[in-house]
Amino acid sequence: MSKAPRDKRMTIDEVVAELRDGMTIGIGGWGPRRKPMALVRAILRSDLRDLTIVSWGGADVGLLLRAGKVRKLVYAFVSLDSVPLEPNFQRARQSGSIPEVVELDEGMFQTGLRAAAQRLPFLPMRAGLGSDVLVNNPGIRTVTSPYDDAEELVAVPALPLDAALVHLNRADRHGNATYLGPDPYFDDLFCMAADRAYVSVEQVVDTAGLTVDTPVQRLLLSRMMVSGVVETPHGAHFTTCTPDYERDERFQKAYAAAAGGSDDDWAAFEERFLSGDEAAYQAAVRAFTEEQA
Amino acid sequence: MSTAPDTGTDAATRADVCAAAIADAFKDDGEIFASPMGMLPMLGVRLARLTSNPDLVISDGESLFLAGTPPLFAQADVVEGWIPFRKVFDVVAYGKRHVMMGATQVDRHGNQNISAIGDFARPKRQLLGSRGAPGNTVNNRTSYWVPKHSPRVFVERVDVVSGVGPALARQAGPAASRFHDIHRIVSNLAVFDVRGDGDTLRLLSVHPGVTVDEVREATGFELAAGDDVPETRLPTTEELVLIREVLDPRALRHREVPVP
Repeated sequence: MSKAPRDKRMTIDEVVAELRDGMTIGIGGWGPRRKPMALVRAILRSDLRDLTIVSWGGADVGLLLRAGKVRKLVYAFVSLDSVPLEPNFQRARQSGSIPEVVELDEGMFQTGLRAAAQRLPFLPMRAGLGSDVLVNNPGIRTVTSPYDDAEELVAVPALPLDAALVHLNRADRHGNATYLGPDPYFDDLFCMAADRAYVSVEQVVDTAGLTVDTPVQRLLLSRMMVSGVVETPHGAHFTTCTPDYERDERFQKAYAAAAGGSDDDWAAFEERFLSGDEAAYQAAVRAFTEEQA
Repeated sequence: MSTAPDTGTDAATRADVCAAAIADAFKDDGEIFASPMGMLPMLGVRLARLTSNPDLVISDGESLFLAGTPPLFAQADVVEGWIPFRKVFDVVAYGKRHVMMGATQVDRHGNQNISAIGDFARPKRQLLGSRGAPGNTVNNRTSYWVPKHSPRVFVERVDVVSGVGPALARQAGPAASRFHDIHRIVSNLAVFDVRGDGDTLRLLSVHPGVTVDEVREATGFELAAGDDVPETRLPTTEELVLIREVLDPRALRHREVPVP
């Protein structure tokens, strides 16, 4: 009799079916880099609403805002890098359509996730002192060092998540996962800060395959941090997923133009790319790519 | 933008002057991580590394420390270290870092805004968000680069305080002021620090061809400046050759600071 750890493979829709209205959802990656976009697109198609989104934001945040899914946004920035200002984020902020926003310093954001991952109520830090982060978030308190220095530091509150969504290059069926690009970002922290973590990957491989051509240090996620594994090739599109693919700059440009354009422009983009399931999305992107070539 | 190729013999352009002024901001930093945001800061930092401060630690802007000093936007040179975003935060707290950020607004008291224009609750114009500015300014040396000096950038009071100036840092207490160090503000017209009366911006030099009155006119608050403001130095011949032939042969710098 052979006993193996659980097989956690799921479909995109099975992941979304485990999410609930009003949940706090952390989205991994960084800006326009290695975002779990297939899972985000599935949320767009769902009936989920009133979400609290916690993200170093890119188009993940822009899309969820435009779809009216967000009740509260926790961010340090929202940017597409080559398009510095995210048009859907700008539009939502400027029209006052996000009921609640929490803008943090980007290091505070990490500290908040770390506090949640360590099951602490807060962690101390200098970042935020003197800035409007504390003015605009009056709920964030300071704490005085109990030692001789008596420094008054920011008590960065924990950012506990109901669910984390991350995208890596490879995983086994149990949830051990590797990143193959230059930067782990904070995907392990997101998973540890969350009650349930779902990892989408370019490819599910045998456990032994994870370290065949990849140093063991790249194994960022252990299965004990992971609730579900989804194989979604090109699932980070149009963000980077180095070395599998880089950012789709042409597509991003088209996204930004539609998002920053008229309501009709956006409706046309939605109709073309976001009206079907993930397979339809990937097919529409292939057609777009051929058209642009 | 200039279409003529750089010959290395004409007079320095304004962008060349800015690059040298930015390089000077990093010359006394010793062996720390120089973190430039944007094109001219990257050029200036690399110029410093090839001239006044070869000990500077530089990155590709993503996750690698570069052993060499490649031209702007060139592919990775020899790699000497790994600096993913999580380790950047470690270095911020460690303090061995000098970041030169952009500023959509900077005010008389050296506060910087990259968050939003107008009321934060419902901005007229949403910008990036405060990014790392709050943490940078209370942890490591911070400078700003402003490619287009105007009264809309240099304002009496920023709409949102992302980067903390010295007065606010002092008010926030010793934990905020202990490592607070706003070093230079370099614009396309002039160079400033924040050691004016009451922790305000002080004009250190005007670029060749710019008058103090022009800087005053382009600044949205009353600028403290004596009659004897020196000119920003011209780049040396060595620096001009490095800028034109090594670091920026495609003259990308003139997209940011055009040749008149």
